Amino acid sequence: MLKKLLPFVEHVIKKPVWDCRMCGQCVLHSTGMTCPMTCPKTLRNGPCGGVRENGNCEVIPDMQCVWLKAYDRKVFLPLPTVWKDHFNELRPPVDMRLQGSSSWINLVTKRDQQTPAGWSTTDGAH
Amino acid sequence: MSLMREKLENTNEVVFTAEFPSLDGGGMAKVVKNAARLAPWFVGVNATDNPAAHAHASNTASAIAMKMHGIEPIMQIVCRDKNRLAIQADMMGAALHGIENISLLTGDDVTAGDEPETRRVFDIDSTQAINIARIITTGKYLSGRKIDPAPDFYISAVENPSAPPFDYRIERALKKYRAGAKYLQLQICYHPERLEKFCAGVAKIAPDLKLIPTIVLVKNAKPMSFMHDKVPGIDIPQDTIKRVSSASDQAEEAYKLTVELAKHAMTLPSVRGLHVTDFRHDDSLDRFMYDLGQKPRN
Ligand code: SF4
Repeated sequence: MLKKLLPFVEHVIKKPVWDCRMCGQCVLHSTGMTCPMTCPKTLRNGPCGGVRENGNCEVIPDMQCVWLKAYDRKVFLPLPTVWKDHFNELRPPVDMRLQGSSSWINLVTKRDQQTPAGWSTTDGAH
Repeated sequence: MSLMREKLENTNEVVFTAEFPSLDGGGMAKVVKNAARLAPWFVGVNATDNPAAHAHASNTASAIAMKMHGIEPIMQIVCRDKNRLAIQADMMGAALHGIENISLLTGDDVTAGDEPETRRVFDIDSTQAINIARIITTGKYLSGRKIDPAPDFYISAVENPSAPPFDYRIERALKKYRAGAKYLQLQICYHPERLEKFCAGVAKIAPDLKLIPTIVLVKNAKPMSFMHDKVPGIDIPQDTIKRVSSASDQAEEAYKLTVELAKHAMTLPSVRGLHVTDFRHDDSLDRFMYDLGQKPRN
């Protein structure tokens, strides 16, 4: 029941504020409260090289680059220091199986921290 | 050992790289012709992966062809067209043919190409791809499945020192270094002060990361205006374009500008070479290399 209800509640809350795409492994806290899945290239580790001179997106010229927004918010918003520290960590590839599920449940069950067996990083991130 | 690794890690020599023209038919004759032109000057030459979102002969096939004709390929893999399985397959395919230089890129969007209706993949991003290449060199796939013996990649990436957010570009270079990139080829940059700031920043936080800025040989102001207007991520100051467009001899003025930018870039910290893009297709490449004090490699 909860498994069915929570994705709905989460989407209703997160969609209007963050334009949540329900990837099921939320990283908002570490990306300046800006959803990287709204980047047309769904980049989770920083901006592509195509950001325009005015700061807008290569793909959608009248939208500000998601990563420019994320970086500005990281710098200027009064977010917890640990969240800011996580900004530069290497976020793992998205687990496509979690698409549409509730990241809140996945956070509690730690399902969102599972990475492929071969995945490792050199920066201390999981 | 790859020559790129040998030169960048074990010598202080300035390393020049270039891009191999995309292959669209014409068979090996075209490869031979271009190899002959590039071989005297370049340690490594990029084998591109559907550049600007246009389909061409594949990255792996081109890299193999280049290697067969005496050019050391730097095989690019972009994240736009392939998922993580296909990207690992590209890496292992390269390893099978003894190709060691692998460069991982996000890739221009499909809207930049001639088939903008294409589905974008972006299953992983370039930093994740760099990390996966590094993981493969430890003897396993992303799944953990063993690879024995492990391929010996010399991993690189690209970065744009001239696109916002400028400060973050430096941190992102460090992130790519930590993921496994040993050097970065930099996007075309006509703002010397931006390049200066980027190189100084990188030298400070990732001193072992080597930088290879890009320099473009153009014949007149037209391609400069085109890049400025049409290529997202490239900005050329109006004064710089005007300097060339208002010159009585545009070709000569454009050449002089290129040499100035190149000489400036070579003085910057962490810069270990230059990536030369030749839009002139005349005899200026040789002149340019001699003017920078280079001699043809035998
Ligand atoms: S410009 Fe920014 S939002 Fe647009 S595709 Fe690149 S990283 Fe994503």
